[in-house]
Amino acid sequence: MTPQQAREQIGFALKRAAPGSDVDTIDPDADLRDALDLDSLDFLQFVEILSETSGHRIEEDDYPELATLNSSIRFLAVRLPPGADMVSAGRERKCRSYGTS
Amino acid sequence: MAEFLMPSLGADMDAGTLVEWLVKPGDEVHKGDIVAVVDTDKAAVEVECFESGVFGSILVEPGMTVPVGTPLALIGPGPSAEPAVPAPSPAPSPAPSPAPSPAPSPAPSPTAPRAPATPPIRHLARQLGIDVSQVHGTGPDGTVTRADVQAAAAMQRRPRVTPFARRLAAELGIDLAIVTVPDPGGVIRAADVRRAVSQAKAPSAARPEAQPEPERAAERQAAMRRAIGNLMARSKREIPHYYLSTTIDLEPMTQWLRSRNRELPVTSRIVPAALLLKAAALAAREIPQLNGFWLDDHFVHAEHVHLGVAISLRDAGMVAPAIHDADTLTVTDLMACLRDLVTRARTGRLRGSEMTDPTITVTNLGDRGVETVFGVIYPPQVALAGFGKVTSAPYAAGGLLGVRSQVTATLAADHRASDGYTGARYLEAITRLLQKPEEL
Repeated sequence: MTPQQAREQIGFALKRAAPGSDVDTIDPDADLRDALDLDSLDFLQFVEILSETSGHRIEEDDYPELATLNSSIRFLAVRLPPGADMVSAGRERKCRSYGTS
Repeated sequence: MAEFLMPSLGADMDAGTLVEWLVKPGDEVHKGDIVAVVDTDKAAVEVECFESGVFGSILVEPGMTVPVGTPLALIGPGPSAEPAVPAPSPAPSPAPSPAPSPAPSPAPSPTAPRAPATPPIRHLARQLGIDVSQVHGTGPDGTVTRADVQAAAAMQRRPRVTPFARRLAAELGIDLAIVTVPDPGGVIRAADVRRAVSQAKAPSAARPEAQPEPERAAERQAAMRRAIGNLMARSKREIPHYYLSTTIDLEPMTQWLRSRNRELPVTSRIVPAALLLKAAALAAREIPQLNGFWLDDHFVHAEHVHLGVAISLRDAGMVAPAIHDADTLTVTDLMACLRDLVTRARTGRLRGSEMTDPTITVTNLGDRGVETVFGVIYPPQVALAGFGKVTSAPYAAGGLLGVRSQVTATLAADHRASDGYTGARYLEAITRLLQKPEEL
């Protein structure tokens, strides 16, 4: 999965778990639960949807990887081949600017 | 002819606004049917009917605000009812009621007309407000499974449109997709449709009640703060609170939950709060002095444990509706009820009975990172249990110091109804119950 695909899926899942949230306005390094005021039920819904859309089962042990938008993008991009290489910060920044267009 | 009155939907309610009638004159109604939506300072609530009969004339039109106890409509005896005998609850309907267990039918037909379901599934469906006969069963011989009921409940969680709003939108030719609601994920109401109309059709014919959105939200927020303030002030004025606190070793629960959640589908995952709530409900059954109400200078014990759950509506305040008979639900069902309740609380679709029935309340601020919460009791209840954040910290167990997960449980209780000794037994019971999570 490319970072851009990961970002789209995360954005979709966040929108469902926290209606009104917009992936383009979130500080990519802020704690998602704090930034969007997600309680454990909201976060579970986020994980459910993301597991479904990505086809990758997200374990509870993976939750720390989903702390921020950037870490979530990294998590999906790394876990899901192809593109199992680490995502460079540069590529990530680029994909962020796509998203805001 | 009986009067259908503006109900009291909580100790803090003096008046309510009738938002919408869900039945019309001439409709047959049964006790427990949802007949109207009433707006209080805290929430829009679906109000159940307390009589069976035929809905007569409407005395209060939508939009009117009237004091609690005001007659809203008249309910007459049913068409087939014999001279006004106090309506016996409708006899078990003549329709073939779904058998509790699959009948020993010799020819298991995959297209059985009505899906059978076991009593626990039936109970769950009732809790979630799902009509089990409308659920498509995917189990053996078309039995309705737990997953079927949960799927049906999930469908219900989708953004909803009130019937009146839907009608209005159709009449005005407004696409519901463009209608926005003040609260994210809220229910689309007639006022929202009207606002969309005035926005779509330029300022020419703006309706007088179509207020700018921020103003309306601010008004609601102020009303909510007033309602919470009044009730909590009354609680602090009238109830001599005493407070207890204890730290509970949650290592067994955390480990059990972790392995359980690893084995099951993501959608069957349980959050720690569900187990904490179950333990709080079971402990309330064990210590009856804390489960009930303080009324007319004495304690009235409640037979059932209807567990109030404090739910944050984010910036819009909070409500604490009940999960009925929480002590009898399995943890899985309790989790489903919790999700359903939180969703409906935030989209403004609570039921009247949920607002009025709590016998003891639990507040769980663990999600917000707080370690300890000392609550304020909801009158006329006599106790409120609180859970903080589940943390990992040094803990001495079995003569050894280790890092274990733990939680601080607290109790605020009414000294008129119980003493600290009784309260301590309640927290002890919770502690004991949480050591055997598999038995919850």
